[in-house]
Amino acid sequence: MNGTSRSADGTSSTTNGASRTEDGTSSPASEAYEERLRAFVGREVTGPTPGQDPVNQPMIRHWAEAMGDRNPVYTDERAARATGRPGVVAPASMVQAWTMRGYAATVAPAARDTAPGGLAALVALLDEGGYTSVVATDSELEFRRELVPGDHIAVQETVESISPEKKTALGAGRFVTTVKTYRDQAGGLVATQRWRTLRFRPREAGRPRAERSTGGSAAQPGAEPPARRPRPAVNRDNAFWFEAAREHRLVIQRCASCGALRHPPGPCCPECSSLWWDTVESGGRGHLYSYVVNHHPRHPAFTYPLLVAVVELAEGTRLIANLDGVAPEEVRVGMPLVLDWLDADPDLSLPVFRPAATEES
Amino acid sequence: MTAPGTRTYDRVRVGEVLPDLPIPVTRTLIVATALASRDYQDVHHDPDLARERGSRDIFMNILTSNGLVDRYVTEWAGPAAVVEAIRIRLGVPNHPGDTMVLTGAVTAKTDEGRRVEIAVRGTNSLGAHVTGTVAVRLPSTGGASPDTAAASASTATASPDTAAAS
Repeated sequence: MNGTSRSADGTSSTTNGASRTEDGTSSPASEAYEERLRAFVGREVTGPTPGQDPVNQPMIRHWAEAMGDRNPVYTDERAARATGRPGVVAPASMVQAWTMRGYAATVAPAARDTAPGGLAALVALLDEGGYTSVVATDSELEFRRELVPGDHIAVQETVESISPEKKTALGAGRFVTTVKTYRDQAGGLVATQRWRTLRFRPREAGRPRAERSTGGSAAQPGAEPPARRPRPAVNRDNAFWFEAAREHRLVIQRCASCGALRHPPGPCCPECSSLWWDTVESGGRGHLYSYVVNHHPRHPAFTYPLLVAVVELAEGTRLIANLDGVAPEEVRVGMPLVLDWLDADPDLSLPVFRPAATEES
Repeated sequence: MTAPGTRTYDRVRVGEVLPDLPIPVTRTLIVATALASRDYQDVHHDPDLARERGSRDIFMNILTSNGLVDRYVTEWAGPAAVVEAIRIRLGVPNHPGDTMVLTGAVTAKTDEGRRVEIAVRGTNSLGAHVTGTVAVRLPSTGGASPDTAAASASTATASPDTAAAS
């Protein structure tokens, strides 16, 4: 999985509207709750908070020992200087450890942590929604410089997105994505971290747990409604497309040699036979090229009549997708369409298209 | 000046495969690394509370997954390497008694800044615990003696897909 798509993930999930429930309905109560959650997006939930201790050799040694990391630049001045460094450095991955709140605050959070609008308020709101458990799923660390003993690191945290409820192996939950910014005592940026946790409603205690992912690919058959959509045939040539879809990005394969766009995905450019490719992200606009209305045979995962469309994207490629938000008798070939997303289940997000708003509306 | 065991930028090839690193996931490792990262969440040391919260047993914390991925790549890259990014996604948990095998391959090189990207994957008996990318800056070749382990590991080549997608 490449870094570009990963970093796009968090921002794209904010465009999801956060309002669709499993059966597609939403009640006024849940809308009000969604609104309260949305109010946290973009908000700083932890003001600059210095770590308890400056970067120091004993904690570095403790970390390196526990990790089994024998890199001498963390503990041996001479070895560190031999690499061109002025002295020992802390392991890059340790940056978060310098600002962890420690044991006392974990068992008895300080008053500072319960400030209105802060992280504790967000956690309380998630608790209120039943999402009482937490597990970390993603960390994207970018380092500006190495830390050395004496540095005193502070962390600041801002909410980037809060996902709609998703079903996962651990239970129904929401992915909360924040950005942590780490600065030194002079205010200099040392690292940033996109940080995603799943806040979830634990399933009944005592029942055997599914041993599956807690992340975006957390599907567990037992947790699904009886009828799931048939699985797409995902293989190594098209997996990137479905992975991007899970992040609500509609991507189009592009030949890296001649630049031709193509869909459906395949290993080889039909224009020039090149095996080199990359992707571009579709703007999500297009028009209806053709369609059928399915009545039979019926599959329990779909509602009928089922509109199956060939959509021609503004970029020029065509794809097959369902039409949503339009009655079969209103469908017209050529009508402008816009992209939306269907989170069919935790393993499967698919593009759907709706009629584009008319110019005057 | 180049430290012994250091991998230099010019000697690294896209597609190069890192040697596997098996990590026995003991109960002690999970607890010791949680404490070393100052993470006192009960799910990382208290089996009863971990079960109450929906897990089979205690499990490794994400700071440790970061730390082990960091260790894996820098052991290969050598002490002069500077880590510029670690991006990971967690999948299945690392429970006591399991073994996680870290694997990796070079997916990209950028001459400016001598930046090398390595795709890393840590798999245990349940599946992928961690997948991600680490970016390191490597020293230039200038006068360095090539690491022999590097030469022997540099046998794989990138498929066009892997390289283009990275």
